[in-house]
Amino acid sequence: MTTVSESALEAQIEDLEDKTPWLQRAKTMARKQPVGVAGLAVVILMIFAAIFAPWLTPYHPEYNDFANMLTPPGGDYLLGTDQFGRDILTRILYGARTALFVGFAAATVGSVLGLVLGVASAYFGGMFDLIFQRIMDVFMAFPLIILALAVVATLGTGTQNVIIAITIPFVPQCARVVRSNALAIREIPYVDAARALGFGHARIILRHMVPNVMAPFLILFTAFVGQAILLEASLSYLGMGVQEPTPAWGLMLQGGAEEYAESAPWVAIWPGVAISLAVFGFNLFGDAVRDTLDPRLRSR
Amino acid sequence: MSKYILKRVLLMIPTLIGAGILVFFLMRLIPGDVCELRFAGTGLYVDQEQIDICRKDLGIDRPMFVQFADFMFGFFTFDFGKSMWTGKPILEEIGLRFELSLQVAIMATFVATVIAIPLGAISAIKQDTWLDYAVRAFSIAGIAIPSFWLGIMIILGLLIVTQEMTGIPWMPPIEYKPIWEDPVHNISQLIWPAVATGYRYSAVATRMTRSALLEVLREDYIRTARAKGLVEKIVINRHALKNSMLPVVTIIGIEFAFLMGGLVVTEQVFNLNGLGKLFVESVTNHDYAMTQSLVMLVVLIFVITNFVIDLAYAWLDPRIRYS
Repeated sequence: MTTVSESALEAQIEDLEDKTPWLQRAKTMARKQPVGVAGLAVVILMIFAAIFAPWLTPYHPEYNDFANMLTPPGGDYLLGTDQFGRDILTRILYGARTALFVGFAAATVGSVLGLVLGVASAYFGGMFDLIFQRIMDVFMAFPLIILALAVVATLGTGTQNVIIAITIPFVPQCARVVRSNALAIREIPYVDAARALGFGHARIILRHMVPNVMAPFLILFTAFVGQAILLEASLSYLGMGVQEPTPAWGLMLQGGAEEYAESAPWVAIWPGVAISLAVFGFNLFGDAVRDTLDPRLRSR
Repeated sequence: MSKYILKRVLLMIPTLIGAGILVFFLMRLIPGDVCELRFAGTGLYVDQEQIDICRKDLGIDRPMFVQFADFMFGFFTFDFGKSMWTGKPILEEIGLRFELSLQVAIMATFVATVIAIPLGAISAIKQDTWLDYAVRAFSIAGIAIPSFWLGIMIILGLLIVTQEMTGIPWMPPIEYKPIWEDPVHNISQLIWPAVATGYRYSAVATRMTRSALLEVLREDYIRTARAKGLVEKIVINRHALKNSMLPVVTIIGIEFAFLMGGLVVTEQVFNLNGLGKLFVESVTNHDYAMTQSLVMLVVLIFVITNFVIDLAYAWLDPRIRYS
């Protein structure tokens, strides 16, 4: 008897659930958050470029056509070639791989570490919290680029070290925000209840507190991806980031871009457009995520 | 209040010491040191003895702890010592660049403020209209566009525009002259980096102005002000904007502090000889003493700026003062 009524109930619940087709739902979303959807479109475009780069262009990113150095856009080379005769469009498409890899890797590691440390700091409180916060203060007192540069100088250049260098400044930023949110959650009775039930620290932190700080976490995460792409570009531009011949947008602006700014402006223009567009997309998307998740910011 | 100030001052000390520890050990982790680099640079065979003498001269052969204590003691007594690379007093080397970086930071902050407050206010007042979207897109673009690329584009734009208008391409001067010596030369050199970074930094402040103003506009006293028939302009200027400026001022202050050391990339584009460039040089040269002093200076500026902001907060908002 009970099983019948339960299944009937389930069917009813299913009926109540939103059955609008996904296209319809996407349209509603697009109407509510047009800017966010535009940002998402840019992000998807970038991921598409990164995955299908070999099929989108006939050239290899490291192929030098010495007969056609600094060719203006048009003809065989849609966006022109650089001072080494490499196709700029190809390098931008492949550069999306580097940017996305660095962006997502740094943002993921940085924000997850920040999340765990921030929640733990709020949960344990007391001496641990105090000391931890002072350590975070130290990291936060450094300008992002200075800290990243110092880390790269220590570890050496290259994609992997750039990711580490970008991750380190992210951890305290995320931990700080997450901690302040987690402090409020700690006071809610269900955490006491979990403790009274005899659950371990790890379980309370991971199962009861972490899910409740997901909103600020996700907001930070999307912001970090954009920031990481920008930071990687800056480091590479300074020659302290990703190294040649890896195609990376910041690297494309190093050296040639300024030298040929007047005679071959396309060398300087397109990689910058790519960086700006990518970060722009992630930021727009991040803003939409924030507006959706943070009810205080929803317009009335 | 005095107890609060004392507490805040005491809290600065662990941050400074922590920053000292961080930079000290980070620098020591970099493979090779200034002596190896100096002799390796000559390309000739170098006696190990010579390197040892050099290390002894610079005092980097002493135990780590002694070096660290020496560095910290020097910092708290304002004795920074000499650059390990050039041998010149560090204060002198920094002094030369400090002026330039400070001026760019002030100008950039000014640019940022002039852009941010009016745009943020318009965006909040016209919430969810095309004007609001335009302002938000403009400010997000500010965060998205790398300031070094914007710098390259500004230079490129200047070259093209001056070429079109006068026939002779014009570029900002490369040599730095203090503002009191040649103001026109000085401004025409530094205004461009200030615009490139100022636009970027205006973005965060614009968004802060918008959200702070939006919050204030929903307060009861704004409704009261409107209900008693005040002109909207007065409601905005006298009641709303004033009360929403606190977080905006904080953001601008923190950004100013970061600008002092964070101009590394922009300085590279515009070929400015500022603190950022000095930092990159000293890191590549393994100049421990210089890097440490620079980092401590930047952190000190940051900590002091934060302290001043906190004081201003406490002074403006009695709820903080008495908590």
